[in-house]
Amino acid sequence: MELISLSVLDLSLAACLVVLLAILSWHLQLGLQKTLIIAASRSVIQLTLLGLVLKQLFQQSSLPLIGLISLIMLTVAGYEVMARQGKKFSGWWGMGIGTSSMFLSSFSITLLALFTIINVDPWYTPQYLIPLLGMLLGNTMNGIAVSLNNLTTTAHTQKGQIEARLIQGHTWQEAITHIRREALKSGLIPIINSMTTAGIVSLPGMMTGQILAGSPPMEAAKYQLLILFMIAAGTGLGSLAAVWIGSARLFDERQRLRLDRLKSG
Amino acid sequence: MISVKNLHSALFNPVNFEAAQGQCLCIYGESGSGKTLLLRAIADLDPNEGSLALDNQARSNIGADQWRRQVTYLPAESFWWHTRVGEHFESNDTDWSILGLSQQIAEWQISRLSSGERQRLALLRALDHKPKVLLLDEVTANLDEENTLKVEALIKSCLQQGLIVIWVSHDKAQRKRMADQSFVIDETGFHKEA
Repeated sequence: MELISLSVLDLSLAACLVVLLAILSWHLQLGLQKTLIIAASRSVIQLTLLGLVLKQLFQQSSLPLIGLISLIMLTVAGYEVMARQGKKFSGWWGMGIGTSSMFLSSFSITLLALFTIINVDPWYTPQYLIPLLGMLLGNTMNGIAVSLNNLTTTAHTQKGQIEARLIQGHTWQEAITHIRREALKSGLIPIINSMTTAGIVSLPGMMTGQILAGSPPMEAAKYQLLILFMIAAGTGLGSLAAVWIGSARLFDERQRLRLDRLKSG
Repeated sequence: MISVKNLHSALFNPVNFEAAQGQCLCIYGESGSGKTLLLRAIADLDPNEGSLALDNQARSNIGADQWRRQVTYLPAESFWWHTRVGEHFESNDTDWSILGLSQQIAEWQISRLSSGERQRLALLRALDHKPKVLLLDEVTANLDEENTLKVEALIKSCLQQGLIVIWVSHDKAQRKRMADQSFVIDETGFHKEA
């Protein structure tokens, strides 16, 4: 099978569908058309640039440059996590919790995959490192953003319950345990669902892309499994780290609930 | 004995007092005078400064959870985190009838309780882990006279067993019935009631 190259016209047809959706949203007064068009335009610009950058990047193998690009990806993901919070932690914590959790999970799992599973030489071969890292960052970012948001908003609405437990002499860990568990669940359910239905209900995006681009289905399936496992582990570890750091930050050294460390908006 | 020296925060002026075992100390103040904040600060629920000690042991040397087990705050509004009443209690020998509650109440769901039942249960819950000091914040404000007197009788029997009670109440007759010491909190600070 040969790779069938997509023309600008082909893509414009697909883009028309999004425009159609925007028109529908405008008619039904859903108020989503503006964000939808902005998001779609952003994806066009970002992916085109990525295509151009990757083309250049794949032709060379400078570790500092690849490291720099990885850090830029991490920073943008960290910012995105912060932007999606209804109640942000104030100060450096706002960006720090999400970014450090993503760094811990995405980077370590990508490195593990590169060193022991895929075994590329050198390990920082950009053709492998950048897509894997991007895939992991994108997914852990969602998990972390959802769990953290869930943690802080629930802590806010259930202030009375948390303090009622502190009053009874419970430790801060006991007082937040329910909320912590629910927050983690909310971050992990999407990846659990997508593993459950993978291949039966849905063909995962990456596998579809690979098959359309001409890979043998079995190879595509194996890579998809690798990615799914990595995403599950990455999202799990990342959300766990974020929820743990975040919940500890909600209390001070005297185990007082410190919602003043959150700012709204 | 509990001793409170120079307890203050950004939100209220320094407070000093001591209360011995079995004593009830009543506090009165206009709304907004900082009574609730004072009780919360004693229980170490909000940031505060000052030196507090229970039986000559400094609060700063005791873990916050252990301090709150011994110095337990009971707010005017109670909150519950499990589905059933009984799940909130550590001991199995709570005498529900002492406050006129059903013997089966441990099996009841929190959602079917009236606000008065919740308030009385919150008092039993606060006594459940046998604190040495109880901080009461307008706990009988939503109760009828009969239940108010039951609560007072229960507190009196606890006082006889050595409990220290610090009671914020706007009810003058109640303060008269209960207080060994009376204090007023206002914009000038915290002082003995004349």
